Amino acid sequence: MSQVLNASFSRRGLLGLGAGLAVASTLAGCAGASTSGGGDVTFFSTQFAPVEEKQRFEKILTEYVKDVKVGFNALPSAADFNTQLKSQVDAKKVSIGVAAAIHGDLAPLGDYLDNVDDLVADAKAAGITDDLLTLGKMGTAQQKYIPWMQASYVVCVNKKALEWLPSGADVNALTYDQFLQWAVDANKANGKPVFGFPAGPKGLYHRFFQGYLLPSFTGGVVSRWTSDDAVKGWTWMQEFWKNCNPASTNYEFMQEPLARGEVLVAWDHVARLVAAPKDKPEDWIMVPAPIGDKGLGYMLIVAGMAVPKGGDKAQAAKVIKALSAPAAQVELLRQNAFFPVVKADLPTDLPGPIKLAAEAIEKQATSPKALLALPPVGLGAKDGEFGQVFKDVFRETCLQGADPKATITKYATNLETILAGAKVPCWAPDPAADVCKVG
Amino acid sequence: MVEATGPAVVAPSRRPRRLSPAFWLILPSIILMLLLFAYPMFVGIRAAFVEGDGGGFTMANWARMVNDPQFWPAVRNTVLLIVVIIPLQFLFAMIMALLLQAKPRGSAVYFYLWAIPLAVSDLAAGLVWLSIFSDQGYLNSVLVDLGLQPFAWLSYQNPQTQFLAVTLAELWRATSLVLVIVVSGMQGIPKDYDEAAAVFGANYWQRLWQVTMPLLRPSLQVALILRTILAFQTFAVAQALTGESFPLLVGETYRWYSALSNPNVASAYALVIMAVSMVTAVIYLRALRDESRQVKR
Amino acid sequence: MTAPTSTPPRAAVPVDYAPLRAHRRNRALIQVGCVLISLFMAVPIYLIAVASFSTREGLNQFPQPLWPKNFGTETMATFLQSTGIVGGLINSLYVGVGTLAFSSLIGAPAGYAIARFAFRGKDPYQLFLLFTRALPIVVLSVPLAGIFLQVGIYDSPLAVILLHTALALPTTILITSSVFLAVPVDAEEAARIFGCTPVGAFVRVVLPLALPGMAAASIFTFVMSWNEVLGATILTFSQRTLPAQVLSSLSDSPLAFRFAGGLVLVIPALIFIALMRKYLLNMWGTTIR
Repeated sequence: MSQVLNASFSRRGLLGLGAGLAVASTLAGCAGASTSGGGDVTFFSTQFAPVEEKQRFEKILTEYVKDVKVGFNALPSAADFNTQLKSQVDAKKVSIGVAAAIHGDLAPLGDYLDNVDDLVADAKAAGITDDLLTLGKMGTAQQKYIPWMQASYVVCVNKKALEWLPSGADVNALTYDQFLQWAVDANKANGKPVFGFPAGPKGLYHRFFQGYLLPSFTGGVVSRWTSDDAVKGWTWMQEFWKNCNPASTNYEFMQEPLARGEVLVAWDHVARLVAAPKDKPEDWIMVPAPIGDKGLGYMLIVAGMAVPKGGDKAQAAKVIKALSAPAAQVELLRQNAFFPVVKADLPTDLPGPIKLAAEAIEKQATSPKALLALPPVGLGAKDGEFGQVFKDVFRETCLQGADPKATITKYATNLETILAGAKVPCWAPDPAADVCKVG
Repeated sequence: MVEATGPAVVAPSRRPRRLSPAFWLILPSIILMLLLFAYPMFVGIRAAFVEGDGGGFTMANWARMVNDPQFWPAVRNTVLLIVVIIPLQFLFAMIMALLLQAKPRGSAVYFYLWAIPLAVSDLAAGLVWLSIFSDQGYLNSVLVDLGLQPFAWLSYQNPQTQFLAVTLAELWRATSLVLVIVVSGMQGIPKDYDEAAAVFGANYWQRLWQVTMPLLRPSLQVALILRTILAFQTFAVAQALTGESFPLLVGETYRWYSALSNPNVASAYALVIMAVSMVTAVIYLRALRDESRQVKR
Repeated sequence: MTAPTSTPPRAAVPVDYAPLRAHRRNRALIQVGCVLISLFMAVPIYLIAVASFSTREGLNQFPQPLWPKNFGTETMATFLQSTGIVGGLINSLYVGVGTLAFSSLIGAPAGYAIARFAFRGKDPYQLFLLFTRALPIVVLSVPLAGIFLQVGIYDSPLAVILLHTALALPTTILITSSVFLAVPVDAEEAARIFGCTPVGAFVRVVLPLALPGMAAASIFTFVMSWNEVLGATILTFSQRTLPAQVLSSLSDSPLAFRFAGGLVLVIPALIFIALMRKYLLNMWGTTIR
């Protein structure tokens, strides 16, 4: 009897185990489902990861890229983008068709990108400007990417705030002093600060220091790092910060606090501002950044389309060509607020917020005092650490109230270390020295 | 590693076996772990000590880490958070488990509600609590509805309320983990002990201390080790609530890895976290060693 | 449902109603405690649901209404229509169930070994398990991606299953071992005396008694796998799991979508907890004899 029992027990036990193993192995054998919409070519980008932007861009891909079916795959984190592309190229198993990201994200990937010189003729024919194409060489002799779209940063103003504008000031041509005075007066009138600043973990505030504050005050960034003008600039920042909503350390996209009415005036990337005036464009204006002693420093962001080494270049070329066409470029502006890199006439029927942004960018770039600053060029993987220096100085001077002069002197060594490792020539607005040095 | 006294259930085997059956039982897990993690571990540990990608030996990464202005605040916050949160969570989870054990009406529903935060990813949890504590969030809305002044809970100028918010959010997010382990441990405790103690006139607290707690020890030990190790790994909630003004070690690891794309310094941070976690785990294993090894009846 | 547990002193005089009153008071207090804790646990979930089904303008109001005054499904609909949500859901279920199967098959025997056998190297083995869990995933994922690319399982649910199994093993092994410890040995011995093989005794006797522990471990495993983003993002490219697809892009999306995404991720895990809760509580109050 016990023999029988024993046999049946163990058999059942083994059966159970066997079933479990069977289930596990079937599962393992199952292929997963695609999450990038399939397609013959994968368009891989750090841009347009947010839900709505993604849907709108996918629509552009189906409407404007006729020859091939494109699957869109977005990873907002530049580091993840970087890791994916590198590991695929290293393993020689490339499933990325087009790698599209902003210049600073593509810069560290130079060795992993195919040369796209043969696409330059088409790009020129589409009307992409020469200086942008030069930027796409990333300091080498070969074309590494074809420019895709561009953007800049402006100031978004809720019209309620105009009543505290200093008398005699032109909102489209404010000086830094007037801008500060405006923040102070608005703070007094409201009993709380109503200016905001994108100083959250994913905020782009380091670009304000790199492209706006320091160029406007000092005429440079790195080469004038420890100058008296730079001290003046950081002192201005300290004063300005006292009149910013302290919750700014959590703001990543200024359109949200603006739309909520938590702040009335804020500087940010246009793509991070356009949602604020969406419902009532008539209540808002967008204006150029303020003007300093050395000019109106402003930053231009350029995104490019590249082909990873070992990828299917012929297919990728079709996509790149289709997206360079003026019609596709204008549609991208209409949908996602990134500006064309080709000479295209902007249509008159742009949506309200985009129109506001377009006008502000136009005024900013054509101002007689305009001073173009680029995001760091050629720093590659060090770009993040370079930006961190600016964030650290901001934290110590503005949040912890440290003395600006002492702080920038202290961080000059950090900056020096980063640049010494990179050995790159300076970029605008710093004078083009052979090797960039902290001044 | 003393040969323990536990009456191991080993069959009187028919043929002499050289290896303990335990070895065969744990072998698959060891193989899996080694296959998957041996090489990545090696790469990760090496990265902390070399220059860039496979350069020469250097301690520069450690210097960078220690000199980073956020490093010491991150160490302080991590320790502070763990020291405050773990005891609170265990107290809270024990109270919850004992309430359930009293079998109130609707205990099944209560248990379900209390386990819910388990299902919430830390990113989502950070978001929920942000919507509560932010300047125009639900908490300030309630205050305004009551005619009070709103308060900037998460401002960097109010580190105390920042810490309070992070603590509360973590308490909400991770207590369920302890609760579920404790409840599953309580399931296994035979009731007759408790009944016997009651017959001998022990009151509720005596029974709790003398009977239930000792029997729960294995579960508590497991919960404590897991919870602490996982506590070293969480940063999403603190980051969502406070941005970068309440840095934690793991958050810094990710910042160095992704935003600053410096895997070397990130590895150094990772090793610090690992070292601290392991030391804590060893202390727990030693301090809570279960002498009885088994429930003897 | 009125079994006396928080027992009043037993030496009760028949006509003395004090113990009864005390008992009733205790029951009431317990209920109050339960309700308070439930509120603390449920209100945030309620708020995320309200926020997910609000119009975007509604989210910008201050003071915020605590009930769905600005009800709207537009955000949720837009979110659910985005590419890859269905594919991601399928992948996530694959990964979750696969991880569950693997980690139970590999983890439960190991947990049993820790509970039942005294063997040399038990502590080092436990520490070895925790060792892998103590390193932040990001440091492990990148080299792992390299290995998987070479082996050819990169960008497939299997890659994520393997990573998640490795991450879940310590939890599974430790929780199951603490529960096996509580299962009386004599039950097992009895089965053996009646002629079961060791495996038979384990499956027929020990496993049913260890069900709560297995359920607890399963809940952790599934939920961990369901919500793990960092590793899944690096190991997959075009076959992402739902959280990797959603959460990675959510951090850059407007607030309304972040709430919607949060809620969508919570719901399947809730269903899973509800299913496993039955097993966890299946012996609530039964005595192991």
